[in-house]
Amino acid sequence: MSAPTFTAVGTRPIRHDGVDKVTGRANYGADLSLPGMLYGVVVRSPHTHARIVSIDTSAAAKVPGVKGIVTGKDVPLIDAKLGMGEGALDLKDLSDNALARSKALYHGHAVAAIAATSLAAAHEAAALVRVEYEILEPVLTVDRAMESGAPILHDTMTTQARPPIEQSGPTNVAGRMELRRGDIEQGFRDADVIVEHVFRTPTSHQGYIEPHACVARVNEDGRISIWTSTQGPFLVRDATAMMLGLDAANVKVTPSEIGGGFGGKIPVYLEPLAVLLARMTQRPVKMVMTRDEVFRATGPTSATKIRMKMGAKRDGTIVAASASLYYEAGAYRGSPSGAGAMCAFAPYRIPNFFIEAYDVVVNKPKVAAYRAPGSPMAALATESLIDEIATQLGLDKVEIRLKNAVQEGDLAPYGPPYGRIGFREVLEQVRNSDHWKSAVKPGVGRGLACGFWFNAGMSSSATVTLGADGSAAVVTGNPDIGGTRAAQALMVAEELGVPVERVRPSVADTDTAGYTDLTAGSRTCYATGMAVVEASRDVREQLRGRAAKIWGVPIEETRWEHGRVEPVNPSADRQPLTVAEIAAKLSKTGGPIIGRAAVNPPMAGPAFAAHICDLEVDRETGCSRVVRYTAVQDVGKAVHPSYVEGQMQGGASQGIGWALNEEYVYNASGVMENAGFLDYRMPVASDLPMIDTILVEVPTPGHPYGVRGVGEVPIVPPLAAVANAMADATGIRFTELPLSPPRVLARLLEEAPAAVGAGA
Amino acid sequence: MSRLHIETTVNGEPAEFLCAADETLLSGLRNGLGLTGTKEGCGTGDCGACSVIMNDRLVASCLVLAAEAQGQSVTTIEGIASGTTLHPLQQAFLEEAALQCGICTPGFIVAAKALLDVNPEPTEEQVRYWLAGNLCRCTGYDKIVRAVLEAAGEMRSATV
Repeated sequence: MSAPTFTAVGTRPIRHDGVDKVTGRANYGADLSLPGMLYGVVVRSPHTHARIVSIDTSAAAKVPGVKGIVTGKDVPLIDAKLGMGEGALDLKDLSDNALARSKALYHGHAVAAIAATSLAAAHEAAALVRVEYEILEPVLTVDRAMESGAPILHDTMTTQARPPIEQSGPTNVAGRMELRRGDIEQGFRDADVIVEHVFRTPTSHQGYIEPHACVARVNEDGRISIWTSTQGPFLVRDATAMMLGLDAANVKVTPSEIGGGFGGKIPVYLEPLAVLLARMTQRPVKMVMTRDEVFRATGPTSATKIRMKMGAKRDGTIVAASASLYYEAGAYRGSPSGAGAMCAFAPYRIPNFFIEAYDVVVNKPKVAAYRAPGSPMAALATESLIDEIATQLGLDKVEIRLKNAVQEGDLAPYGPPYGRIGFREVLEQVRNSDHWKSAVKPGVGRGLACGFWFNAGMSSSATVTLGADGSAAVVTGNPDIGGTRAAQALMVAEELGVPVERVRPSVADTDTAGYTDLTAGSRTCYATGMAVVEASRDVREQLRGRAAKIWGVPIEETRWEHGRVEPVNPSADRQPLTVAEIAAKLSKTGGPIIGRAAVNPPMAGPAFAAHICDLEVDRETGCSRVVRYTAVQDVGKAVHPSYVEGQMQGGASQGIGWALNEEYVYNASGVMENAGFLDYRMPVASDLPMIDTILVEVPTPGHPYGVRGVGEVPIVPPLAAVANAMADATGIRFTELPLSPPRVLARLLEEAPAAVGAGA
Repeated sequence: MSRLHIETTVNGEPAEFLCAADETLLSGLRNGLGLTGTKEGCGTGDCGACSVIMNDRLVASCLVLAAEAQGQSVTTIEGIASGTTLHPLQQAFLEEAALQCGICTPGFIVAAKALLDVNPEPTEEQVRYWLAGNLCRCTGYDKIVRAVLEAAGEMRSATV
């Protein structure tokens, strides 16, 4: 297949929602206010693990201005699951997490919610809610959770295991799965070099700048409106309705602009509480989290412990690998350990492997998806070991990866053969890059690491309408987190030959848009984009019909060519018609034209990335700094290259933060001690250099333009890229993140106290 | 509790609003005046999403009391463009694709304007350190820094 040529796709127009966003006009979750609105706040558990004995709200209810209070007993008990792509959301857990019934399972777990005429009154009342707790021993690590005799979080929990295992009473191990290939023992016997480490990564947060916020209103006829900052308005509709026993047909969700999500704005937290309070008070209720609440009660991603072992031949061929992954789920089942297991060895052709992955509950907030959930931690282990093997064997870090890299036809560790993928092309770009070829400066270490991520498909809908003036509008149901409106407009422009600035993209509410799954899984540009392309082609077909009518010929005698309708047999009175020319005659040829499409494509081709990191380490303080960084990625086809680069740069910097500084610091009781941006240290502008990007375009088969998802894989390599750079700079293999100055300095002092003391 | 009546100047126009004694300027702008372009990301002065310029000084409006605006002059994101013309910073942010989700963008633009007001020719390092009080989680800052440098150049060439 020859590469398609593009006119609009691949250009860099100004995004259509841009002016609203640089002038402060764009409305985010907390920006809506309604007449008569109440303010809702959440009362949260001060204990990490406790049985709720009683809740007395009588004193709180007497505070002037308080209009409604809800506790766990106001939420119906349900037992339902909501299908969502690969997994299913357990609504009982989600409901319990939104408002605890019998047990508080983490510090910050919601136990009551209050609506009042002012925020001050709501806070005053919250302080007067008397909750009697029976305090239980908290479980704070996977090691403790899996010990016999450890406190059990859920009395009814059994291990969901593939393959099945023998169950022996309630457990904190929510899940176990394994993957295997070949003969692992023989593989290690054949190896010339074997490396093994235990890696640990801390609890870390998505860190979106906009806290969760919503407004709910309940009409007299039972119709419910929710305005909220979410990655999935249809999910909010369905989950909220199911949790509260409502008919989803009565619930309309309008997504606001969304101030970042990274997976963390998939779950519902505030929405069911706001609806309960609005129904109780018959007033609109607004709820906005504080940053402290965001840290304590939303997100984060799993802390992990990974034991991994890898064996290779002298020439660098990997012959065996094994891994045990333990991922904290937080208070309810659902860590991304399974995804971690599937991703860990996905970039490499390994004949013999065994991976087991555990999903373990602990007394921490229920984890939420975070950009390529589960994969970055697994990649830290894999890429560190490959780096160490290369170092031991004296092999080039790119060459050892190229030698083992998967290509089309190789089996993925989770089963199917890969289609057309661009991993080798990515590594070749690394090898040819200015960065890789440049000399490493003194005092600096250079690290290379790779990453893999699936790209979701799922369901999407789109409508494209053509105006009589030849302009077009496109409507979808995906909140635009990073430029997807612009990408969709480019696709319409590409298909219809309409200038991109004359295409109006919009994100609609759940009553208006056709069903569309989440803005997640790197799927929006791919799957929703596919719907947009098909809806545009539907318009094209209708345009051919109109041209046929104008010319008085059957539709077969028309064709779409050069961005216009051309007659198969041109004549003096049958000249090609542009979209604008046909549009001007719409009312005389049959009325308006609306194109529509609904799709449910399989996963897009997977994404591979490789990052190069130059890290300068101050041996006197243990402080390190990224001085040069290059991200290389197979993006399939970049629809709007600036926003593709932006995804790569943003993912890289999130990963750098995770590697160097970000972590939940817990005290012995399981209380987070750094629940603010001052102490939960995300990268700021002065921490980073420019992030260079190299876009590799190996088209995904099955997509009209070859688009792959691009949003998630950029966070997979950085943890290991930074750790490998640290190893190169210091000669020390760090296996626990973050590589914060105290941890690095302690190891430097341990390894060479005199040298450090001498300031060498 | 009776509320305070504040008379101030916002974006060059006289403005008045009522606020509680302990209310922040951020709340006064958003809830008292309906100027929701200024965002709250943390409430503790760490993220810069609420940046405004008060009497030529860049401040985090979540750390300023609303009552302190009495008799002062405040510039918010809503006052950065002039008439129908975007400020060069706003134009550069659009052209450089320096925003993704956009929640931090008003704070960055206000903070960057405060920088260019005092230093029309900043280096990349000066831009990075000046903007270190503004968090962006989407972009990795690359395109933001480029946009600010681009706008600075644009503004210098316009004044020659």
